[in-house]
Amino acid sequence: MTSTPSLWTITRRTLAKDLRLEWRSKDAINSMLFFALLVVVIFSFGFDPTAEESRKIAGGLLWVAILFATVVALNQTWTRELRNQVLDAYRLSPAPPQALFLAKTVGNFIFVTILEVLMVPLFVVFYNLRSVGPVWQLLVVALLATWALVVNGTFFAALSIRTRSREIMLPLILFPISIPALLAMVDATTSILTGDNSPVFWIRLLAVYDLVFTVVGLLLFEPVLNAE
Amino acid sequence: MNEEQKTGAPYLPQLADVGEAPTGGPHPPSARGRSGVSCRVPGCEAVVGECGNAAAVSVRDVVRHFGRFAALRGITADFAPGRLYVLLGENGAGKTTLLRVIAGLLAPSRGTVRVLGSENIRAVATRFGYMGHAPLLYDEMSALENLEYFAALYGIDDRDRCLQAIRTVGLDPTLQRRVGQYSQGMRQRISLARAIVHGPELLFLDEPFSNVDVRSAKQMTTLLATMRDQGTTIFVVTHQAALMEPVADECIVLDAGRLIAREIGIPPRLLTPYLAEESAALRRHPSPPGAPYLPQSADVGEATGAPHPPVVGECGNKTEAKP
Amino acid sequence: MKTLFNVLAVLTLLLLGYGFCQAIYIAPTEATMGDVQRIFYYHLPSAWVAFLLFFVNFLASVWYLVRRTPAADALALASAEVGVSFCTIVLLTGPIWARPIWGIWWTWDARLTSTLVLWLIYVSYLVLRHYATGGQVPVLAAALGIFGFVDVPIVYMAIRWFRTQHPQPVIGGGQGSGLDPRMWTAVLWNLAAFAMLALLFVWIRYRQALAEHALEEAHAQNSLDHDSTDNDSLNYRTEGAQ
Repeated sequence: MTSTPSLWTITRRTLAKDLRLEWRSKDAINSMLFFALLVVVIFSFGFDPTAEESRKIAGGLLWVAILFATVVALNQTWTRELRNQVLDAYRLSPAPPQALFLAKTVGNFIFVTILEVLMVPLFVVFYNLRSVGPVWQLLVVALLATWALVVNGTFFAALSIRTRSREIMLPLILFPISIPALLAMVDATTSILTGDNSPVFWIRLLAVYDLVFTVVGLLLFEPVLNAE
Repeated sequence: MNEEQKTGAPYLPQLADVGEAPTGGPHPPSARGRSGVSCRVPGCEAVVGECGNAAAVSVRDVVRHFGRFAALRGITADFAPGRLYVLLGENGAGKTTLLRVIAGLLAPSRGTVRVLGSENIRAVATRFGYMGHAPLLYDEMSALENLEYFAALYGIDDRDRCLQAIRTVGLDPTLQRRVGQYSQGMRQRISLARAIVHGPELLFLDEPFSNVDVRSAKQMTTLLATMRDQGTTIFVVTHQAALMEPVADECIVLDAGRLIAREIGIPPRLLTPYLAEESAALRRHPSPPGAPYLPQSADVGEATGAPHPPVVGECGNKTEAKP
Repeated sequence: MKTLFNVLAVLTLLLLGYGFCQAIYIAPTEATMGDVQRIFYYHLPSAWVAFLLFFVNFLASVWYLVRRTPAADALALASAEVGVSFCTIVLLTGPIWARPIWGIWWTWDARLTSTLVLWLIYVSYLVLRHYATGGQVPVLAAALGIFGFVDVPIVYMAIRWFRTQHPQPVIGGGQGSGLDPRMWTAVLWNLAAFAMLALLFVWIRYRQALAEHALEEAHAQNSLDHDSTDNDSLNYRTEGAQ
């Protein structure tokens, strides 16, 4: 007989399904990768720094570029579920809504990480970047920062599917709430690259931000999913 | 089939009886006259239709607005378990809306819905299945992959069950082709397989035969009849009343958000694809509570008298050979 | 209710008048900045009132998600709109103050910057409310309202740390440290006046939102009672029904 499935199992199965579907159609990832590349190149034309200046502004430029690429990724989070109204099938099942939210967030996390893996080396090359601080700290910042962007982004993408002009609604409600996280990720990166300040406070702030909004997102996802 | 099983007043909802408990004495046997099939309500060992168990679905005064438009204007009805109900009506009459409200996809603006004895649809999610107007499938996955994923949502990790479900709807489970490349008939059948893979005792089907070829449609109809005979309660929204006529237990007609008629089987006058005239006629002569609507010869071409006992093969009417 | 409203309105006018006297005449002139500093008596209370209103929005949003009553939704909308208005006052008075003193329109002062972020968050809330369609907007807005308010402490912490790392001129002389007690009196009187004003505005907007809701309900009930002919359906059909 059937039983109410566990959160972990459903998250895992949904994530596997999403990755498989993305691998097969490759529609989102290809366009996102190209968009990310374009953003880096355009920023390089827009901001043409010397090596010394570049360390100071690279943090900001990098994260703003990643932010824009992330919005493109986030906008397609739910499009596959809306095609053929597949989301209804999930809502009808006994599977917990939180599992869907987690699966989508982790999926977006993976996509944005792939984008970063492309964009960061390009930035390093174009700006002749060299880090004064330890690189592992940069990885920690990247991890926390990416989660901060995708956890709220996935939730607000779900909010926007019930609205008109869905593509513009997402960045509109995402950006203001993400400002403290953006400040933290930019300043932390700059601190590490230049070695001027300690990034510890910012890393702690990002960790708190991630924790708080993951919990709030999990708590509030069900009414948003079923808002019809 | 006994004659006795065909007589007796059919159970019709008393529209004035709001708030009455859904149990109200034993439900009379379906006019189909099946015998010996046990009721699927847990713990009940009686024969389907004779056990007096509570309604499978019970709606009370359900109203649903979309902005200022009232899609459902106060629907009250009880539906006994183990029967196949066909919902008929014009486009925009509220059939899909009613189905979605019962299945829990839409919240009613007013009124209550009880499904399988519970007002919380989440609690009984494993016991019902829904086939939507849209396929509810991922185009880029094969049939088996789709089914395995949706089965997992119900806690089923059994590949054989998924294979069996695909075979049940008459498709080849080894087919690797992506569902997006299926013909409409195949796609609808896989959609049905998805709806039944977890063995539900209650099934909602929204226009399962739209754009489906005749062979697939008949196959699905036979399958539905078999499931009904095994005790599943089935609701079908369709425009193709003629297809469902041989197997329908009751038909429910909606018009402009109201339930205007409810009949045993599907009477001939409702078999026409477009119900505008019939709806108008029904609105002029609405079914008084408790009595089945008998067609007045002035409304329809042929006078048929008492409700046609729709038992295939025993009424003297020509029927098509079953596949 | 109406008498109470009128009484409060008169009281508010009196408080505003007295607060004005306090701010412009009674409070002493600030040593370094002169009379321009008096805008502070509007700048600071507005900030506190805005914050209070956003807290009310948070509570109303939570209440709505739990209870789904139209009153909760109306209160959430009213408090957000009035809160954004007061926030705008803060953002306008800040530059008006900064320009004569420091010669620049904007300083990335901690409080001013935090207020800007707050303003952005709640303007995005209002955009969602007004440009999303469908009957579920209150649910979505309530979720966003909760997210927004939860963000507020994080915003303040982040910006304050940012400011200690990158110091700039501070409007308001260090958050009221070393403020003359007579200045505090002026601040408090104006705070009381602004809080009352906010209460009145929220009250009006709340009643209006409830009335709008009642109107929609009446229309819906009307379409329910009318036997629908094809003409009627065309008139009443707004969003797509399934």
